[in-house]
Order: sequence, then C-alpha cells, then structure tokens
Amino acid sequence: MIVAERKLIPELMDIVSGHDRILVLGCGTCVTVCLAGGEREVSIISSALRMASRLKNKPLDIEELTIERQCDNVFIEQAAEAIQRNDAVVSLGCGAGVQAIAERYAGKPVYAGLNTEFIGILEERGIWEEKCAGCGSCVLHEYGGICPVTRCAKRLMNGPCGGSREDRCEVRPDRKCAWQLIYERLKGIGQLDRLKKITPPKNWSSSLNGGYRVIVREDHRI
Amino acid sequence: MKSDSFEPKIIAFCCHYCAYSSADLAGSMRIQYPPNIRIIRTPCTGRLETEYFMKALENGADGVLVAGCLEGGCHFIEGNLCAKRRVNYIRDMLAEIGIDKERLRMVNVSAAMGRPLADIITDMVETVRKLGPNPLGQARTESKLEISL
Repeated sequence: MIVAERKLIPELMDIVSGHDRILVLGCGTCVTVCLAGGEREVSIISSALRMASRLKNKPLDIEELTIERQCDNVFIEQAAEAIQRNDAVVSLGCGAGVQAIAERYAGKPVYAGLNTEFIGILEERGIWEEKCAGCGSCVLHEYGGICPVTRCAKRLMNGPCGGSREDRCEVRPDRKCAWQLIYERLKGIGQLDRLKKITPPKNWSSSLNGGYRVIVREDHRI
Repeated sequence: MKSDSFEPKIIAFCCHYCAYSSADLAGSMRIQYPPNIRIIRTPCTGRLETEYFMKALENGADGVLVAGCLEGGCHFIEGNLCAKRRVNYIRDMLAEIGIDKERLRMVNVSAAMGRPLADIITDMVETVRKLGPNPLGQARTESKLEISL
C-alpha cells in the first residue's frame, strides 16, 4: 500500500489560510490502513484545524467526508456536491488522490493534507517499512524477493558494499543490510548461485526518465 | 472571566476497574475532591479513542483527565499503556494547535487509591485553574457543553 504521514497543524493552517469553508476529504483505502487519512484521521485533523483557527479568531467551517478511493472516478463523484459547496479541499489522500481531485474540479483549490512517503507494508503495529520504489523494472526474482533498489541505501545491484556490518547498514545502523537479507534468503531457498552473476547497472529508463509514466491496455479500452 | 472566579470544568475518563472504583472509595471514605470534574466511566482506558480527547476540548472542556490502572495492573493486560501512547499523541497535537498540553493528562491509580485520586484531581483542577479557561471556550454555554459531551 501507499504509506503517508499527516502534515503538522501549523503547516496545514498556512495552507488553508484565506479560506473560510473547507472540505477535509479522507480516503478509505491505503491511507486508512496506514492511519493517516481515513475517517478517524479526518475527524481528528478537522478538530485540530477548527481549534487552531478559533484560536486565531478566524474560525474555519469544516465539512468532513471520507470516500472509498480518491483515485477512482466512481468514488470521486460521490464527493462532488461536498467539493462544490466548499471553498477548498484538503485531501487526506495520497499524492495521486490529491491530483485526481484537483484535475477533476478545475475551479477548486485542492491541497494535500498528508506527505505521501512510500509503497510499503505494516511490519509491526505502528511501524511501516518501505518495500518498493516502483522502478518499473522488477528484479525481485533475482534477489530472493528482497529489493536492493529500495532496501539497500546505495541501491547496489551487486552487493554488499564494504560497509555492511554483521547484518546492519553503515548508512543507517538501525536498518538491516539488504544484502545480508538477500544472502540469507537465497541461501534458505537454495539459490545462492544467483549471486555469482554480475548484474549490469540498472536501466532507469523505466522510471526516472521521460516524464510521468502511462500504461495503456488496449484490451481494456472501450 | 476573572481567574479567581474561574471554576474549571474537567472531563475525567475513569476506568471501571480502578479510577472509577477509587472515586467511589473516596466517596465512601468521605474524602472530598473538587466538584469540577465530570466523570465518564469507561470499560478500560484502552477503549478511549484519540477523538474523544479532541472533541472534549473542542467542545469547551477546560481539561481532560484520563485515569487508568497502574502500569502492569490493567484488567485487559495493556489497555492503559495503549491509552498512555494515545494521550501523548494528542498532547503533542495540542502543542501544535497552540493549546497547553497540560490540559490533557493521564494518571494511573488502583481501585484502593481513594485518597491519592482525590489529590490527583485536586492537582489537575489547580493546574487547569492556573492555565485559565479553555481558550476556545468563549462561546461555551452550560447546556451546550453538557449536551455535546
């Protein structure tokens, strides 16, 4: 899932300054699961904004709404009336959700209420870890299902580096060395031979090149 | 409102298994504590959602006291520890908003601590009295507060 974190209240207050009526719009998918932008967070952040604005003697009129997915037209339509009757929208969706709303309501300011962080998973209660960089050319099959692009601090395709200490990364000693994990994993599944192969430098043309990416599936188009 | 005439209104979320019983015990022992608190009994402080603290303050409470079992003594093992983390989260958010975080406080008592609970309540009331009325509370009315809380 996409993992995000809330922005601090002073920053949000700056963002919405100049507006009187705002819609705080939550998203019921990824950001609900990562406890950043679901119905509960909409309630808490709206309360916080109401309190902060009252302290500045510019009380905000805040409407709260959470739709199932902010990145899907079918659900975005359900928020149409609420979006129209407010001056601006603070989206607690991920970056995709914010842009989806903004592009569909040309005359309406839409602001991000969260900082979208990464694609990751919940490792323990309250701890989310990044797992995927969305590089567009997956190499997980080569590395026992552990991504060196995302989880090695140096993004080494032929690791480990000389800074690997036991199972720790030299860049962030509180992080595990991805290459140690890859070694252990490949050993466990009997595929250590894969490490004998020298992998050429990663081709980043599938990711950080040529602007934003678009996937077209002709078989699904109508 | 002058500070000397200000009587804080404090919402106390009390765990059924400890603080609520110790408040009862304080009553049985004829121990007086300030009448400024409004006790809400909860099955465990771990039941409390972070929204409750926000809504209480937003709706005009001058302070919020969360009273759970002694650490290690929770009837549901670790509900009070969950509550402690949630209270700390909202205390930080209150600081972001510009509200003194001392308006929200978590304490731990056992069911046998009638006297200490009375002291804790007195301390909380005095702390909030010094802080003054809830800065959001100008529009507050007695009936509105009672209804909304």
